[in-house]
Amino acid sequence: MNAAEDPRWLRALVAALALLVGLLLLALPLAAVFTEALRRGWEVALEAILEPDSLAAIRLTLLVAAISVPLNTVGGLAAAWCIAKHDFPGRRLLVVLVELPFSVSPVISGLVFVLIFGLQGWLGPWLQARHIQVIFALPALVLATLFVTFPFVARTVLPLMQEQGRAEEEAAATLGADGWQIFRRVTLPNIRWALLAGVLLCNARAMGEFGAVSVVSGHIRGQTNTMPLHVEILYNEYQFAGAFAVAALLALLGLVTLAAKSVLERWSGRAVGEAG
Amino acid sequence: MSVIVEGLARRFGTTAALDGVSLAVREGEFVALLGPSGSGKTTLLRVLAGLEPQEEGRVEIAGQEMAGVPARERGIGVVFQNYALFRHMNVFDNIAFGLSVLPRARRPRRAEMAERVRELLRLTQIPELERRWPDQLSGGERQRVALARALAIHPKLLLLDEPFGALDALVRREVRRWLRGLHDRLGITTLLVTHDQEEAMELADRVAVMERGRIAQFDTPAALLAGPTTPFVAGFVGEAARLEGRVAGGVLRFVQPGLPPLAVALPDGPASAFLHPRDVVAHPAPEGPLIRLARATAEGTARLVVELADGATLDAVAEPQGEWPQRQAACRLEITGAQVFAANGARGAAAPLRLAEVR
Repeated sequence: MNAAEDPRWLRALVAALALLVGLLLLALPLAAVFTEALRRGWEVALEAILEPDSLAAIRLTLLVAAISVPLNTVGGLAAAWCIAKHDFPGRRLLVVLVELPFSVSPVISGLVFVLIFGLQGWLGPWLQARHIQVIFALPALVLATLFVTFPFVARTVLPLMQEQGRAEEEAAATLGADGWQIFRRVTLPNIRWALLAGVLLCNARAMGEFGAVSVVSGHIRGQTNTMPLHVEILYNEYQFAGAFAVAALLALLGLVTLAAKSVLERWSGRAVGEAG
Repeated sequence: MSVIVEGLARRFGTTAALDGVSLAVREGEFVALLGPSGSGKTTLLRVLAGLEPQEEGRVEIAGQEMAGVPARERGIGVVFQNYALFRHMNVFDNIAFGLSVLPRARRPRRAEMAERVRELLRLTQIPELERRWPDQLSGGERQRVALARALAIHPKLLLLDEPFGALDALVRREVRRWLRGLHDRLGITTLLVTHDQEEAMELADRVAVMERGRIAQFDTPAALLAGPTTPFVAGFVGEAARLEGRVAGGVLRFVQPGLPPLAVALPDGPASAFLHPRDVVAHPAPEGPLIRLARATAEGTARLVVELADGATLDAVAEPQGEWPQRQAACRLEITGAQVFAANGARGAAAPLRLAEVR
């Protein structure tokens, strides 16, 4: 049965239902966060955000994102490029590995890092002997974020790369281009919009990640607390105004990212966002 | 530049895409690789271009051994099946690409590059498309851009992979003539891959017919039609119909009833005959095979489809100077010649049997 053959009222009903679910489950909570944050006025919210521990959390979140997003952009791009443009033993395995972080609970991935780098972990004693702090410090936060957000860039550009095939790259090679020239002048421009969309999604998740980061952070206020963790602490301490203010700022960062992605998609005139 | 291929082999898993291909193309020649899909013609082209590794055998282009030379150092122009234009570059940048990736020392200056691109646009008769994007072009225009892009690097060899596949029939014929004219002007050795025999026959100086990873026959179009050396070539080239029969005492008798025996110098035993429509002449007769279809050819003669007694059909022509044949009329078939292959591969040209020869 063709969708166009469905009765008009049925289509309207389904559309209304979808919209209702979307509003109830997605938009309403978001609106609640902002109303709650501004319940006692701008000044209170602003004050909560400008409080030193909050500022430290914001700074740390931005730092973690600033380190992990570029790394995952390069890594994801490389993985997608290998999978789409080359044949090699283990190619299928790489496809599975790229998607692994999507299927594993973030808490578990955080625990894995504790197991490896923690005091009782495999590398713990070796690291401690050299006074290198990984767990409960910035390196672990970055590692956990890297793991959780790895698929975003790769999964966004991979379908496009596979659809485009290798013909243009082969043509470029016969015209005398070397590997780097082919990548920079043919492969990369063909996926630039999808790549940007993937980077933005990756960034949104890197800033908002809670589970994995929570396990490895240690929750040291002003030092290893990222914004999501800070929100939780404030909330648990009944500082609702502060919790919602920081939460609202975090949500705002995510919304700005999403808006940027939509603008990009409309701008490029092509459907780039197959991931999500 | 000349191309020499010797004993080339390439396997994908257990299937051999190329199974001992040898070929010698002369400088300035236009050669078509003709074969059904899966015969290895595109693989051969890709090995020549350096896009597929050669596993066994030797490739020599312009006297230089090609093993281990990467595609980008071969200086071979390739026009890909779907043209593979760079979709994010306009026509000008597509054509200029090969020049713009040259090492700095050899890269022409901007003005020279533009001059060269415009020259190629004129050569391929598309100067007005300079600022257009690939997705704004028709199939024929894309093909010309792809060709101009390949010519920009001054290739010593031009490889064309089914270049007319994306064009409609009307454009195809015109573009074919134009391409052959261009080749004659530039004199670049050219290899064309195609599954369309009409295309191969019209364009090429010589045609290599490929069958299952091997070259079945490599000859001029006329020689291929006149003297196919294997049953495969006889069946694939031209429009010959294959009929089975048996040779006994120098006489071939067909399995199908209603066909006259032929004289052929082959040993006794089963044999396959390939009959070109022009070799089968239908004469009006009170009874015999029925004429099912009759159509006029471009030359004004009648081309017939005749139904034999067992229901099989055969292409035939009407007798010259005869009346225009009637549909559903009975006829007598005269066979003026055929290519016959014995079971052991021996080949013979069959001729009408003269009465004296019937024993």
